[in-house]
Amino acid sequence: MPPEFTHPKPAASWETRAYWEGAGRHELVLQRCGDCGVVQHRPRAICASCLSSALQHFVSSGRGQVYTFTVTHQNGVPPFRDAVPYVLAYVDLEEGPRLMTNIVGCDPGDVAIGMDVVVDFQDADTSDLGDAGGAFAVPRFRPA
Amino acid sequence: MSVSGSIAIAGVHEHETRWAPEKTEIQIMAESARGALADAGLALSDVDGLFAASMSMGAMGTVSLAEYLNIKPRYLDGTNIGGSSFVAHVNHAAAAIHAGLCDVALILYGSTAASNAMAIGTGLGGGSRDPNQAFVGPYGMTTVGSYALVAQRHMHLYGTKSEQLAEISVAMRKHAGLNPNAKMKSPISVDDVLESRMISEPLHLLDCCIISDGGGAVIVTSLERARDLAKPPVVLLGCGEAVAHQEIGAPDLLTLAAKQSGEHALGMAGVSHDDIDFCTIYDSFTITVLSTLENLGFCKPGEGGDFVSGGRIALGGALPINPDGGGLSNNHPGMRGIFLVIEATKQLRGECGERQVAGAKLGLAHGTGGTLGTMHSGATLVLARD
Ligand SMILES: [Zn+2]
Repeated sequence: MPPEFTHPKPAASWETRAYWEGAGRHELVLQRCGDCGVVQHRPRAICASCLSSALQHFVSSGRGQVYTFTVTHQNGVPPFRDAVPYVLAYVDLEEGPRLMTNIVGCDPGDVAIGMDVVVDFQDADTSDLGDAGGAFAVPRFRPA
Repeated sequence: MSVSGSIAIAGVHEHETRWAPEKTEIQIMAESARGALADAGLALSDVDGLFAASMSMGAMGTVSLAEYLNIKPRYLDGTNIGGSSFVAHVNHAAAAIHAGLCDVALILYGSTAASNAMAIGTGLGGGSRDPNQAFVGPYGMTTVGSYALVAQRHMHLYGTKSEQLAEISVAMRKHAGLNPNAKMKSPISVDDVLESRMISEPLHLLDCCIISDGGGAVIVTSLERARDLAKPPVVLLGCGEAVAHQEIGAPDLLTLAAKQSGEHALGMAGVSHDDIDFCTIYDSFTITVLSTLENLGFCKPGEGGDFVSGGRIALGGALPINPDGGGLSNNHPGMRGIFLVIEATKQLRGECGERQVAGAKLGLAHGTGGTLGTMHSGATLVLARD
């Protein structure tokens, strides 16, 4: 099993906060358009199919399949420098959208395209942000 | 009169340097401009359109460059869509010249990526303050990794083999051996590629482009004017641009921007794949070449592995690719698109010596910018001997 690493904290914006706040509750949050019904990711302020602003958030099942992946053996930037070999992957969610992620909790050699996976959350330390911090986590996936 | 057949490349220069710790990026651009103007038989005072991009140019970049060269062009274009930018600049210059907005367009690129020790392929993956990167940054995607995601998917769907990808590196190295300026000239075998260390599965070290310093310049003008200049004109027959990205969540990663830009360029040129004598294709990684060939329509999806095997893309093969040795072996200062245009032009003039494609009359250049696994741009040119 490769070494565990701490994901760098992403920057959230007004448009993406529902996704990251959901992650803090250990929920994988997606957007559905209230007008045309399309499910979209990445989150944005308008529906990219009909330009409606009537977007609703819902919690995904967190289940999906590996669309593709790569076992990374070289990355000069911490924390990944010390995390190799780690698995970078795209996961197709049951609800349609695809997420870039890491596959954790198994030997990198056991990951395969089409493998069933389920979301897993790594809680982030937000103490440096004081009251503005709140619960925060980074979604990644592990074998189902 | 349409753009097709009325615009020409009149001058080119590939900077000789591959390692220039003593030079600046803008200096390499200016020295390249000197070379291309001499090639065309033009003076700096003839330039009235300035086009440029680099890995460090941002807002005011082309204005700053105009000051450095002490010119006051009437048309500026700092389009930066990654490594394909300079291929797109030819499209843009053609449109501007055709519309009468400038007469002589100078396209410039310079970079000191190698001597600045930029880890172009494996230096990404930290946290980012850009919310649009928030869905990538936590997961350690390197540039190589992004292309590896495409390679892995291609292998899964079509049974493409590492040996087939390796054939591309072997052909590029063979070509570089015929190019006096190339950075990496010693021959390699398929086994050498497979035995080189793994960077991001399934891509080995020798599946990846090199990192060098370098730069270049291209001069575009009307075909009419080009016919009065020093070198035989190379005529623009077709061009196209495109983007590919994450859409709203689940794009087919094997459908590249090249599909759209290639269709436009070939359609505008009114030529078929069989008419093309050679290609210059952005070879950031071996998978880039294989997948681009499929998307340009030279073979069907999934047939790329066979298409590149058995020396078919080497000089003397069915469709020679990158006779200069490409980014895999000649030079790769970060944004390689300008060299695709320069090599295609030299080939069509018949001035490539040992690496000349015999009887080259029609060539296709395709640049990719960004990364195939997330979002990228594509720009295609169909170029012909006058
Ligand atoms: Zn909608």
